[in-house]
Amino acid sequence: MGFARSDIALRLISLVLLLLLWQVAGSLADSSLLPSPFAVGARLIRQVTQGDLLFHLGMTLFRVAASFIVAMTIGAVIGIVMGQHRSVDRLFDLWLVLGLNLPALVIMILCYVWLGLTDAAAIFAVALNKIPTVAVTMREGARAVDRDLLEVAEVLRLRWDRRLSKVYLPQLYPYFMASARNGLALIWKLVLVVELIGRSNGVGFELNVFFQYFDIAGVLAYTFAFIAVVLGVEMAAVRPLERRLTGWRQ
Amino acid sequence: MNSLEVQIERKRFAGAGNGAARIAIQGLDFAVPEGQFACIVGPSGCGKTTLLNIISALDKAFEGHVRIAGADGEAPRIGYVFQMPRLMPWLTVRDNVRLGLPRPSRGPGLAEALLAEMQLDDVLDANPGQLSGGMQRRVALARAFVNEPRLLLLDEPFLSLDAPTAERLRGQLLELWQRHPTTVLFVTHDLREALCLADRVLFLSPGPARVVLDYKVELPRPRNPESAAIDDLRRRLLDRYPELLAGIAKS
Repeated sequence: MGFARSDIALRLISLVLLLLLWQVAGSLADSSLLPSPFAVGARLIRQVTQGDLLFHLGMTLFRVAASFIVAMTIGAVIGIVMGQHRSVDRLFDLWLVLGLNLPALVIMILCYVWLGLTDAAAIFAVALNKIPTVAVTMREGARAVDRDLLEVAEVLRLRWDRRLSKVYLPQLYPYFMASARNGLALIWKLVLVVELIGRSNGVGFELNVFFQYFDIAGVLAYTFAFIAVVLGVEMAAVRPLERRLTGWRQ
Repeated sequence: MNSLEVQIERKRFAGAGNGAARIAIQGLDFAVPEGQFACIVGPSGCGKTTLLNIISALDKAFEGHVRIAGADGEAPRIGYVFQMPRLMPWLTVRDNVRLGLPRPSRGPGLAEALLAEMQLDDVLDANPGQLSGGMQRRVALARAFVNEPRLLLLDEPFLSLDAPTAERLRGQLLELWQRHPTTVLFVTHDLREALCLADRVLFLSPGPARVVLDYKVELPRPRNPESAAIDDLRRRLLDRYPELLAGIAKS
């Protein structure tokens, strides 16, 4: 990994350029509807020290984590079973297609209506949106499993747990990581929507409040805090995990 | 005492699509005494791999029976070296070989000692993808040997290697076998290779496979595949059984 030095310099220049453009546009517009980067930065600091940005961010993070775990677990199991058994695949393929094409908003509304305006409903709604795509990716993986290597496991008479951990699952890790990555990207966004519709805290809820007051500095302050968290999770959790599970591929 | 007894009345494959069923093996009988190095030679596509899959119980859908001597009641320990090395690319060389160890005796050092014996001790922690084809095959060999199998099956294990590498590996296989005695069934379509390795060569007919000739090789070891003795023996066999060995002479 690691970028070349000139690469880092270019990225830095690009960032500075963006901030500069924004600053110029902000001062030209001279309106609270397009606050300058400094105004947004100041607002961000105030929200952290005096407001409850961290609490709302925490709630959002909790919902993201919960729905991510639920979606990955259920989606992986469904996908592997469908990839292994043709008859199960035939039986439920239509359900998957249906699930893939259900608008996220519809699922959210139905979950809130049927399960009540609760966190469980919110998490379930987000997970339900993601499960079909995870299942489809994992089904691909299960279909591509190398029969030859499974035969090796059989000849060596490996017990089921070693067979699973040393022979079967490593073949699925690349697919698992791919769906985790895509899944996280989608779930971050869906959680904000589900919060906006039916929760009374979290980043999505706060954004809606700012929207109603036309408080753009507040919107942008929350946005940047949110982006920072997403990037932090990517750097601290997703990439190291990916390197660990699929590092042998290069 | 026989280490392996094979009696396959018939093995058939359902036809692909709506094609007719194909009979791969019919009336194939033989036994291998304990400690013998037996080679199976037959033309390509005659059902040799199918035979090994039946013996190793990977393929259980056949008519007949296979008996492997071993601890009574317990599944016999079999080593199987496939045509391709079939190593787990996500495990190191060491862990690939340790995969062959059953849980109780998974003590430290066993896999490492065997790998050292095969001059693979400097790549213990490498991934198989970083190794040459010849080295990968040696790792596969170590994985099959590490559990001290009662019966070792090899399916043209040196097929796609260049001649000097294949020759070196044949030498190593014989050394291993002499140091860790076991019954060996080595499948090949190369008569020269078989004569070079085996105590005894079983010739198979083109499919459906059956044994057409059972020949004891009396040459002293080590044998050189390019030597006059092997050449001579090979020519004598082909001259004596021209119609039986027609499929083999070509390759």
